[in-house]
Amino acid sequence: MSNVFIAFQKNEDSRAIVNAIVADNPTAIVSDQPAMVKIDVPGRMVIRKSTIEGEIGREFDLQEMHVHLITLSGNIDETDDEFSLTWNQ
Amino acid sequence: MDMKVNKKLGLKERYNLMTRDLAWTPTYQAVKDVFPYTEYEGIKIHDWDKFEDPFRMTMDSYWKYQAEKERKLYAIIDAFTQNNGHLGVTDARYINTLKLFLTGVSPLEYMAHRGFAHVGRQYPGAGPRVACLMQSLDEIRHAQTQIHSLSNYNKHYNGFQNWRHQHDRVWYLSVPKSFFDDAVSAGPFEFIVAIGFAFEYVLTNLLFVPFISGAAYNGDMGAMAFGFSAQSDESRHMTLGLEVIKFILEQDPDNLPIVQAWLDKWFWRGYRVLTLVAMMMDYMLPKRVMSWKEAWEIYAEQNGTALFNDLARYGIKVPKGWEQACKDKDHLSHQAWNVFYNYGAAAPFHTWAPSEKDMEWLSAKYPDTFDKYYRPVWEHYAKEQAEGRRFYNGTLPMLCQVCQVPMFFTEPDDPTKIAYRESEYKGMKYHCCSDCCKHIFDNEPEKYAQSWLPVHQIYQGNCFPADVDPSKPDFNPLAEVLRWYKITQGQDNMDFADSPDKKNFEAWRAQATSN
Repeated sequence: MSNVFIAFQKNEDSRAIVNAIVADNPTAIVSDQPAMVKIDVPGRMVIRKSTIEGEIGREFDLQEMHVHLITLSGNIDETDDEFSLTWNQ
Repeated sequence: MDMKVNKKLGLKERYNLMTRDLAWTPTYQAVKDVFPYTEYEGIKIHDWDKFEDPFRMTMDSYWKYQAEKERKLYAIIDAFTQNNGHLGVTDARYINTLKLFLTGVSPLEYMAHRGFAHVGRQYPGAGPRVACLMQSLDEIRHAQTQIHSLSNYNKHYNGFQNWRHQHDRVWYLSVPKSFFDDAVSAGPFEFIVAIGFAFEYVLTNLLFVPFISGAAYNGDMGAMAFGFSAQSDESRHMTLGLEVIKFILEQDPDNLPIVQAWLDKWFWRGYRVLTLVAMMMDYMLPKRVMSWKEAWEIYAEQNGTALFNDLARYGIKVPKGWEQACKDKDHLSHQAWNVFYNYGAAAPFHTWAPSEKDMEWLSAKYPDTFDKYYRPVWEHYAKEQAEGRRFYNGTLPMLCQVCQVPMFFTEPDDPTKIAYRESEYKGMKYHCCSDCCKHIFDNEPEKYAQSWLPVHQIYQGNCFPADVDPSKPDFNPLAEVLRWYKITQGQDNMDFADSPDKKNFEAWRAQATSN
């Protein structure tokens, strides 16, 4: 199965986002690179507002991710509560 | 008193209200007169409302997040400038990657701004129109922030001062320039497949991710900041590219062969432009993040395979040229930097032969090819240079009629043989660097026969300043071309070892660490 991926600039907000992704996607592979962090997940990745809020300790609008995003790959679906990346194969 | 509390709108409702619900169908004018460019390319769209941006970004949130990105960026740029951040980079060779970026890439950002403004205006659907409007604004922001960030380097280093003038004239800059001019002179659907999908989705990771990580790794907070700020918009651009291509394919089965042909063409056009990135990653960064080959494997082979498997349900195939690009990964950067080393007198940045330590890294990253084919070349140049004969090629190279890269690429299965392809059109011969470029030429000879090829133009006498008299006995054509390029001989060009940049950087660094 192919990986979907997402990459963020390394900063305090994205640390919470990455922790939330790892918590919600047990097969996530995190790779640390200079100034950025890339997360690969086979097939499908889900990013949940509630998990991020637990990590970051405040309300979090999923669209705030745009400020820290570097790149991603996969078909996107976004609602108020959840953001997902999928390959249809 | 009872207060009626309105429930906050969900993302989907808000998106619908702020995009499609703000659009209307014209009645004073016919739709086809308002949107005159939507039919001639042969693409059939039956229902524009089927397009939806999966990010569901609306203009109000767009402004909010973009403003935040700008605040972050300029705070970093100010801090970087105030603290003489440029002296913290690994060494002054690194700064040449920024010259290449400013002359080759930033003007494309501006062209992308124009291109997306144009197609945004031409699409009858409100969804793609809003997404193209945002992308158009992003692209002009990228051009501006890159120019602002790099203007700090212009205060201290040579080769930045005439970037815009040079973009329209200098030989290798015709490669990125002609790529984008080619795209913006196509129809609105071809443009979005070319730039939104083939470039942004399939290839842009290879440009920005290694460049920004490279900047961070080499201590350049300024370039890292603008790079990240731009890249945070790229995810939206990539998504637009992917959603548009899915939308077009879902609208009508007749669209498939048209889209596939554009994909074949534009994958290859974009890939050829990335030749400059390959040599930047392997040869120009003093500290390298990963090799071109590794980046190609991660962002093209693995990710591209996943993407094309996903699109297989629409009948889309891996682009023509994909296989050759995968074979070339072991050779591309070495061949490209060799050509720039040859023509180091005619570029507004410095070139150099890799050191022994650099070559150890290259051998380790390219075990099948570097020692066998390329190390001997560099050792020869180094020996010549040590004996006071630094090689500068004074003969101009033949250029490919389509990608405009000098014809140095080798045959896919024989790295010792330069690839030449030839076509005839209206009694004239045209030369291409590869089967794919020849294929592009043969499909649209009337377009590519008009290419403004820098070498041809020099030989035709079109690249000299107005005060030149070629009939004078002391006429020096190459010196006059440099003057026309606004390259200051001995200052902006030639080997890094002899450059004022190197001398200044060392002196300033010494001042920064002691009295």
